Amino acid sequence: MANLKLKDVEKSYGEVRVLSDINLEIEQGELVVFVGPSGCGKSTLLRMIAGLEKISGGTLEIDGRVVNDVPPAQRGIAMVFQSYALYPHMTVRDNMSFALKIAKKSKDEIEAAVAKAARILQLEPYLDRLPKALSGGQRQRVAIGRSIVRDPKVYLFDEPLSNLDAALRVATRIEIAQLKEAMPNSTMVYVTHDQVEAMTLASRIVVLAGGGISQVGAPLELYRKPENEFVARFIGSPAMNLMPGEITGTGAQTRVRLKHGGGEILSDYPSTEDDLGREVNVGIRPEDMQITEGEDYAFAGEVEIRESLGEVTLLYFREHEEGADQIIAKLPGIHPDNRGQHLRLTGAPDAVHIFANGRSLLYR
Amino acid sequence: MNPALQGVIIVVLAVAVCVGYFWSSNQILDRVIFPAKGEKAGQNINRANMVRPWLFLFPALLVLGVYLAYPVVETLRLSLTQRVGSGYEFVGFDNYVQMWNEPKFREALLNNMLWLVVVPAASTAFGLLAAQLTDRIGWGAVAKSLIFMPMAISFVGAAVIWKLVYDARPLGQDQIGILNAIYLGLGGDAPQTWLTIPFWNNFFLMAVLVWIQTGFAMVILSAALRGIPEETVEAAIVDGAGPLRVFFQIKVPQIMGTILVVWTTITVIVLKIFDIVYAMTNGQFETQVLANYMYDKLFRANDWGVGSAGAMVIMLLVTPILVWNVYNARKEMR
Ligand SMILES: Nc1ncnc2c1ncn2[C@@H]1O[C@H](COP(=O)(O)OP(=O)(O)O)[C@@H](O)[C@H]1O
Ligand SMILES: [Mg+2]
Repeated sequence: MANLKLKDVEKSYGEVRVLSDINLEIEQGELVVFVGPSGCGKSTLLRMIAGLEKISGGTLEIDGRVVNDVPPAQRGIAMVFQSYALYPHMTVRDNMSFALKIAKKSKDEIEAAVAKAARILQLEPYLDRLPKALSGGQRQRVAIGRSIVRDPKVYLFDEPLSNLDAALRVATRIEIAQLKEAMPNSTMVYVTHDQVEAMTLASRIVVLAGGGISQVGAPLELYRKPENEFVARFIGSPAMNLMPGEITGTGAQTRVRLKHGGGEILSDYPSTEDDLGREVNVGIRPEDMQITEGEDYAFAGEVEIRESLGEVTLLYFREHEEGADQIIAKLPGIHPDNRGQHLRLTGAPDAVHIFANGRSLLYR
Repeated sequence: MNPALQGVIIVVLAVAVCVGYFWSSNQILDRVIFPAKGEKAGQNINRANMVRPWLFLFPALLVLGVYLAYPVVETLRLSLTQRVGSGYEFVGFDNYVQMWNEPKFREALLNNMLWLVVVPAASTAFGLLAAQLTDRIGWGAVAKSLIFMPMAISFVGAAVIWKLVYDARPLGQDQIGILNAIYLGLGGDAPQTWLTIPFWNNFFLMAVLVWIQTGFAMVILSAALRGIPEETVEAAIVDGAGPLRVFFQIKVPQIMGTILVVWTTITVIVLKIFDIVYAMTNGQFETQVLANYMYDKLFRANDWGVGSAGAMVIMLLVTPILVWNVYNARKEMR
């Protein structure tokens, strides 16, 4: 049974519609990540699930019960805020037991719950400290501890790592993954704008864009079979190269003649006879780009910038026309300085994506 | 000459004199006394920079010295003397002993303590309530200005307004005092002269100061409440806290420092309270307070010795609170 079910959920601030047509089911035990560019409504959606923001339309169910008008504390959720939101005047212990005290739990119960959370999060030495005497990572753990003690049905995280420095962010990300592993039955919803966090943590990713859900799927599904150009370019770094072209052959595989390439290239995407002559965008990820000497290639251009990272080399090609996206190739290993050289690039058929009007040919 | 014009001229002149002082004293320091040239240029620059703060502080220090430090010392001296004929003689602590044995002084001291407990507590509580409530409503800004308005009225002006509130007319006439009007409207038998009812009349006087200070407390506390991170409040709501618990267990503790500063600031004002009592009852009907007692002695009884002793007592009471207030305010600012 779905643990969390959103049906036609929408949100407006006055006249401004920020979210619409949100349909989503989250099963118990999943870690679902909402990802999307800044301002796309991730926090708003999470806060609606938490009950901190009114739902303008549609229904939200938790464990089969419609909770649109149920106050946050009775929804069985716990939330970890971006700024941690620890109560500055309370010790770590009091921060963690606040909710339990309100729920009128017995002293022993509270003590046991706090002790357990402190052990899991290695906060035992700090229980009697005030938040201001803790480091950023420790504060983050207290905020998580405050959720754990309540044993909620659903954990909600709003960009919990964005206030940490890079090294700590990686470490804490791994801790959250381990925490999830230790609590296989709890459901987590995690908001981030960072696709690495999304790819590494999620069992499923929800990509939000333009006030709606752009695609829902397992991380690698999103990477391999993006539903539209937005997801294609949002997942993966550097972003997928998109190049305009025209379909010249259809069937189980599709042939495309590229505007700035030579010959024709082949994609494993299927197409129908109606597609013949259609204007499309061909997408090839930088890491799938190959240098070729042949007459069939996707793109030819002059190397403008070369970045050697050791394990890979990034080549940035000169824009072939005003306003077009820069084409990038990510080649394994170290390459000699080839700036100014003219190169031809192509991709293997299983790495060539095709989009018509922004949507993938796979999802029609 | 028109007094307004006179005022303008004086303001302009005073500003010009100040600018002139700062500019020319600075010039003299840099050009004449320690010129930044010649053999000792570096040393001179250092010396000039050491002298400069004192140069600029001098006018303020002078004014403070003449009008604050000197009167304190002089009051202390006077409190230890008494008038004999056209001169005076040193009498040690006689004035203090005499004062302590006067029932009116003890009454004033007790009343001051009462003011000290009631007014800061009531003003801060009402201010906090007003700050919290006005933040939640659409016309909160208007409500705030109305509550703040009494701050702009002088204590004497406020006393006159409230005298009218407490006014009593003979039975049968229209009551112009709103308190009596309400009292009779609710079935009271005869109009009361509120300010002559011992003990309770103290509270009628305190109401005036509370009315004035609530606005001050509200403005400061409202700013403090807005400084509270919204997410801590939301976290408390998710944790199951109701509005009262959010207010008392999450918001108030986070602005405790500011509450203390507001409290002590009002305390200092209360300890010096004079105008309201002077204008409304002049200390009759058992409403005497220290400052009015001092004024009575000094300017009505012409007993400078006891009057000065009263002034010293007020200062001794105010100083520790003032120090603590400044300490807290500095801590808040960090
Ligand atoms: N209280 C509000 N009133 C009006 N608009 C808001 C409010 N809160 C958020 N928004 C708008 O809703 C959109 C989504 O915001 P948010 O959910 O915070 O984005 P994200 O978390 O994805 O960065 C933004 O365009 C923002 O301007
Ligand atoms: Mg956000």
